[in-house]
Amino acid sequence: MSEQLHDLRLTVNGVAHALRVPARRLLSDALRHDLGLTGTHVGCEHGVCGACTVLLDGLPTRSCLMFAVSAVDVDITTVEGLTEADGTLGAVQQAFLECHGLQCGFCTPGFLTTVTAGLRQHPTPTEDDARDMVAGNLCRCTGYTNIVRSVLRAAELAGGEA
Amino acid sequence: MTTKLFGQKVQRTEDQRFLRGQGRYVDDIAVGVGTLHAAVLRSPHAHARITDIDVGAVLDLDGVHLVWTHDDLTGPMADPLPLLIPHPALTHGRTQFALAKDEVNHVGEAIAFVVADDRYLAEDAVGRIRVTYDLLPAVVGIDAARAADRLVHDDVPGNVGARLEQENGDARAAIAASPHTLSLDLTVERSASMPLEGRGTVARWDPDVGRMTVWTSTQTSTGVRAAVAARLELDLGQVDVVTPDVGGGFGVKINHPWPEELLVPLAARQLGRTVKFTEDRREHFISSAHERGQVHHVEVGYDDDGRVLGLDVEFWHDHGAYTPYGLIVPIITSTQLLGPYKPGAYRVVFESLYTNTVMVTPYRGAGRPQGCYVMERTMDAIAAALGKDRAEVRAANFIQPDEFPFDQGLVFQDGRELEYDSGDYPASLAKLKELVGWDDFPAFREEMARQGRRVGIGLACYVEGTGVGPYEGAHVHVETSGKVKVATGLTTQGQGHATVFAQLVADVLGCRFEDVEVVTGDTRRMPYAVGTFASRAAVMSGSAIHLAATRAREKALRIAAEALEASVDDLEIVDGVVSVRGTEASIDLGTVAVLSNPLRYAFDEASKAATQFSVGDPGKPPVAEDDEPGLEGRDFYSPERSTFASGMHAVIVETDPETAEISILKYAVVHDCGRLINPMIVEGQIHGGVAQGIAGALYERMAYDDSGQLLNASFMDFLMPYVTEIPARIDIDHLETPSPLNPLGIKGAGEAGVIPSAAVFASAVSDAEQPYHPGLAITAMPISPSELFDLRRRHPATPVAQRSRDHEERP
Ligand code: FES
Ligand code: FES
Repeated sequence: MSEQLHDLRLTVNGVAHALRVPARRLLSDALRHDLGLTGTHVGCEHGVCGACTVLLDGLPTRSCLMFAVSAVDVDITTVEGLTEADGTLGAVQQAFLECHGLQCGFCTPGFLTTVTAGLRQHPTPTEDDARDMVAGNLCRCTGYTNIVRSVLRAAELAGGEA
Repeated sequence: MTTKLFGQKVQRTEDQRFLRGQGRYVDDIAVGVGTLHAAVLRSPHAHARITDIDVGAVLDLDGVHLVWTHDDLTGPMADPLPLLIPHPALTHGRTQFALAKDEVNHVGEAIAFVVADDRYLAEDAVGRIRVTYDLLPAVVGIDAARAADRLVHDDVPGNVGARLEQENGDARAAIAASPHTLSLDLTVERSASMPLEGRGTVARWDPDVGRMTVWTSTQTSTGVRAAVAARLELDLGQVDVVTPDVGGGFGVKINHPWPEELLVPLAARQLGRTVKFTEDRREHFISSAHERGQVHHVEVGYDDDGRVLGLDVEFWHDHGAYTPYGLIVPIITSTQLLGPYKPGAYRVVFESLYTNTVMVTPYRGAGRPQGCYVMERTMDAIAAALGKDRAEVRAANFIQPDEFPFDQGLVFQDGRELEYDSGDYPASLAKLKELVGWDDFPAFREEMARQGRRVGIGLACYVEGTGVGPYEGAHVHVETSGKVKVATGLTTQGQGHATVFAQLVADVLGCRFEDVEVVTGDTRRMPYAVGTFASRAAVMSGSAIHLAATRAREKALRIAAEALEASVDDLEIVDGVVSVRGTEASIDLGTVAVLSNPLRYAFDEASKAATQFSVGDPGKPPVAEDDEPGLEGRDFYSPERSTFASGMHAVIVETDPETAEISILKYAVVHDCGRLINPMIVEGQIHGGVAQGIAGALYERMAYDDSGQLLNASFMDFLMPYVTEIPARIDIDHLETPSPLNPLGIKGAGEAGVIPSAAVFASAVSDAEQPYHPGLAITAMPISPSELFDLRRRHPATPVAQRSRDHEERP
């Protein structure tokens, strides 16, 4: 079962990493197991739950539906990359904290990345926009009420300039 | 005096980690080179004899380290897994083997175990194992199990694992003598907990010290520890089980051990390498556990006021292929069905049946959603028969506030009497009617009807036995830095324990909230514990932590009093500083911690500061006979019986006259879990519970075909709600009737949200449809639009005029 390995460079949260993986290595597994960036979670591995969402050149993408070898030449942002340079929480993270937008925290990285991208498109969302923004991610714990509140609060914190 | 944190909406301390992507879930442990990965070959058939397993194509594969089938297991590992909670009524309990021996009884049952360099290779290897099966007919669903023309286990007659009857009074005689009687047949389908993180286990064996460390995503670390020690023939003292962050449990992670929780440590010891197993989503659907599948028959007798004089319930519980968790679920249904009511006489009997489907263990609510649904549908039926208001009929049956403690005359799941500690059901009902606008609804309905819209309202009441024993413990340790380390043995799956427990400690000890660090589910820190289930964490560990912190405080005050040459009664502790009230004299808690340990080396500032104080009688040993070094408190809490939280939900729904789509216009909750430690967290629990309840009432079911294949074993096909299915608002009101059973007056809040959902939706949807389809009764949950559509077709009694009005006036 020896597999052909591929050398590639992934740029994650502004840092370039060299790695050697088989063609079938999922991006989610490469991030978690090869690079040790375990903030990206895998809840279904079939593209439905959204827990594994990362940003590729700023756009939310399910890393369980993509091979690592196809993620070259893009900037990948994972949840680890959402914290400010000085270590404080980013607006979206801070909003989830304030609004109790998480319980077990397993779905949270996918929501944080999704909302980060969503607010860039829609800096001043209405409640309906906020619901739309998170409508592709599953959470089993929170019942979503506080997640929607978090989105609105994040927009407020970012001052419409997310 | 610092403000009390009890009752405050304190933001969660654990969130910092989660928000930065620094949560530590089991699959995040031992990441990187050197860790080996396991995969499991699972049965593709629901019922078959295994005649041969050929692992020849796998043994020599590059990167594969180990392949096991049942034949490779020896000693206790080769025995069936434990039956955790035996019960005399469970006359035919059966459990699976860690790896199937000769026979499989559901799709997904573990047959072979492979360890390889990574999960991809392990799955490749699993795919090369050849198994020869002799197919047997499958028993799927309660009807097939009851028919018993095929058996799941050859030696279990009639597929009946257990039959249990309880009676308080003579229900059948009371019904026979009642002025009115009714009978109902009510069904609930299977669903499942479905945490977003599946099961996972990592194990590492350290041969130098002869210790096994297991990280596992469980609701009971101590339970897994005992199981691993017993099956691997290790001393309990050689096994540490650590439960790091857990991505949701909802019941499914209480079963222990799962086969992998034994196989992974065994492989780690044999290979001398760290081994990891992470379940994938399909595996979770077909090899973890489900719940809820029950069929019920009710006979009830009542008077003109709707007062229940006699209630006789018979039900059949589908427990799947095995019974590792005993009869907990059906016992809860049979007892908690009574809710806030006191029938004149009550008899209940259930049969727990085998089927060739995934086994059943408690799922959030654990048998209560079914019980609540049965009782509340009965109340609705009585109201309909008498032409009375549904709320009024309920009120006529309530236990009154001055009747507590109230003994229901039954034995509860913990083997104790079913005795409610406190509550005020009439007050709850008044709040709920107000919150949902119960009395204004007829006018709203009329207004909607004018617009061609169908709306209905429903309500449902429940009582939930929470905080079950037997005990939990806690250890509180004040470090010389003044930081306070707290350990309790039960686990955490997102309920905010690190925050609420720190609130309790900061209140008792007078230290800064930020200085408290809470560890849960680590047997190295607290080896005596039960687990997190049955809404017991706040009641059990909360109380234990309160007691342990009180001990630490007493010791701190005793030592500080001596150091400050003051009386204990004159001392107070604020922000981690003990001071003599009204004077300048003070000492830091950290310094007190130094003084508590007569080991005079100056490691840090606190120890330097301590040199100015002298404590202890120079004429006596440095550690007195009845004392011990260190500023610590340890205690256990073990209550006589469960607390009983309660609540009521109401919903207003709209049903589409054409498509039969059901939408939620308003959802209201009145909730009484005693005193609230952190209202923000309690509300979060209610939100999540309500969402799971809506899911169970309208969407989620396990779709098995007749051969026992689960047709919807993915998130694509199992309809777990997104935000789009959940109402934008849930109106919540609290009532606080403190429990007299624990020092904090609290009851549990974890499951309440899901309990009344099937009942409340059945009530509201029926109410919406009744004017148009008289006789249409909702008796099976969940209810989908197509099922409602079909029910309408089967009850076409609608006056033609009314129906056409629907069409014409649709906006
Ligand atoms: S893990 Fe990628 S969408 Fe669920
Ligand atoms: S917080 Fe647990 S799944 Fe969302």
